[in-house]
Amino acid sequence: MTAPAELSVAALDEHRDEAAQARFDDLIAQDSRIEPRDWMPDAYRKTLIRQISQHAHSEIIGMQPESNWITRAPSLKRKAILMAKVQDEAGHGLYLYSAAQTLGISREEMMQQLIEGKARYSSIFNYTTPTWADMGAIGWLVDGAAICNQVPLCRASYGPYGRAMVRICKEESFHQRQGFEILLELMQGTEAQREMAQDAVNRWYWPSLMMFGPPDDESPNSAQSMAWNIKRFSNDELRQRFVGMLVPQAEALGVTLPDPNLRWNEEKQAYDMSEIDWHEFHEVLAGRGPANAERLRRRREAHEEGAWVREAAAAYAAKQAARKVAA
Amino acid sequence: MSVDQVALAEELAGSSAGAGHVASADVAEYALRLGDDALVLAQQLGMWISYAPELEEDIALGNIGLDLLGHARTLLHYAGTATGRSEDDLAYFRDEPEFRNAWLFEQPNGDFAHTIARQLFASTYLYELYGALSSSTDPTLAAIAVKSDKEVDYHRDHAIQWTLRLAGGTEESRRRMILAVVDTWPYVEELFADDALVERLAAEGVAPLPSSLRPAFDAVIARVFAEAELEIPTGRTAFTASGGGREGRHTEHLGPMLAEMQVLARAHPGASW
Repeated sequence: MTAPAELSVAALDEHRDEAAQARFDDLIAQDSRIEPRDWMPDAYRKTLIRQISQHAHSEIIGMQPESNWITRAPSLKRKAILMAKVQDEAGHGLYLYSAAQTLGISREEMMQQLIEGKARYSSIFNYTTPTWADMGAIGWLVDGAAICNQVPLCRASYGPYGRAMVRICKEESFHQRQGFEILLELMQGTEAQREMAQDAVNRWYWPSLMMFGPPDDESPNSAQSMAWNIKRFSNDELRQRFVGMLVPQAEALGVTLPDPNLRWNEEKQAYDMSEIDWHEFHEVLAGRGPANAERLRRRREAHEEGAWVREAAAAYAAKQAARKVAA
Repeated sequence: MSVDQVALAEELAGSSAGAGHVASADVAEYALRLGDDALVLAQQLGMWISYAPELEEDIALGNIGLDLLGHARTLLHYAGTATGRSEDDLAYFRDEPEFRNAWLFEQPNGDFAHTIARQLFASTYLYELYGALSSSTDPTLAAIAVKSDKEVDYHRDHAIQWTLRLAGGTEESRRRMILAVVDTWPYVEELFADDALVERLAAEGVAPLPSSLRPAFDAVIARVFAEAELEIPTGRTAFTASGGGREGRHTEHLGPMLAEMQVLARAHPGASW
């Protein structure tokens, strides 16, 4: 008896999917890389698109609080460093959008999700930069936290993401050193400069600790991401590692980390610290931070005001291509 | 195109070029003109970062601004050797009438077409200038010019490509590009004006006469405009601005720009950053 044609094709597809899933599981088990042409489960693809595009958006939105000081940087050397840094962030955004594009989403689509408020970006960039010392604090604390989060991502199972992260991490560690140096210069300066530095550290310390995400027992996506070798360490582990890095650096700078309960616990082999204000974290996440509206407004404005330029470039390229065909 | 640690190190080393040489009063005044042109343009291009029409342009305009800032730092450093002032003394603690940039450089960013028109005229002029200055009898100016000319070559290419795209893109982009040329053209004349200072320097082989750069500038612009089907403005809207930047007279745009640039440095005089 001959089975109807569709049935046998369906059976064949199912068999093929199972084989592909087995190959995928095998690659993950061996801690190998998944490449764009490899079969991957839909949920893995979706998780990566979400994470990589969020990361790209964070780079792009993250340009704003720092570009706020490009025109007012207090020396030409600082201006050059800051311009280079913000420009690096645009470059990171580009690599990351490209990595996400290999998963089958376009940059235009991701940009649209961002300006329509449908995509998230790191909440830290919803804080404002009222003083020059914020350039130091962002470099030292925000880029520092980003590095702790991102170094393990260099080994992420998805090839294009891992490779993009290798490049990004190199530049980020340079940024962090620059931030540290800004604060050091301020701390060795006048009374007003020292106050400016301490004030910025006070404002950015807690938000930077929140960058690692909620405590492990409240982090919904972590377990699956760890199973897929996208995420390598838990939020709390990374947070501890970050604080461990900050303590001696704060001492070298001469700034005080704004947590009276921060001390080394020999028995736990970890730092004791005050409870993080998760209410603030959730408020900013829910759109009620100092600059959520402003960040999105400005990105939308740049995107919309630039539309005629992008259209012109596309029209010109099409005309050139047509001319080439005609010739 | 990203500025990594190595590329940045070179930018930051900017002010060390010409170390040891002290500029004469005339050379210092000339370096101040060039340095202010570069600084004011860099300051304006920096404003585009995070506002550009696409990410690639955030990077490109940032890159060009960073190059110009590098030129400004070397030139101001050299200018300062005559009077014992640092690049930052000159950038942050001079008032508007002490700035020596030509008016073209202080014209506002406007829309992307206006920025491109300004870039086209500025980079075409700077390319010819630094090319000629590369054989200056002043070794410091010659060294600065050799390095700068290579970078300005890229700036010019960027501006030409965008002029062609905007003029030949959509109806809207063409309309904007034509308007940008009309609005920016009045500031071209001043770039090529000779005066007593450049005549003295030209006689010593230190600097080219600005007027001597004009034919090459015109030839490039004519070629680009022919391909882009653009025209040099004529008729009622073909203005020529009087200029006066080299003597410290400026348009209404420079004051607010300097106020913003200098505000923090001036709030903490004597502080180190």
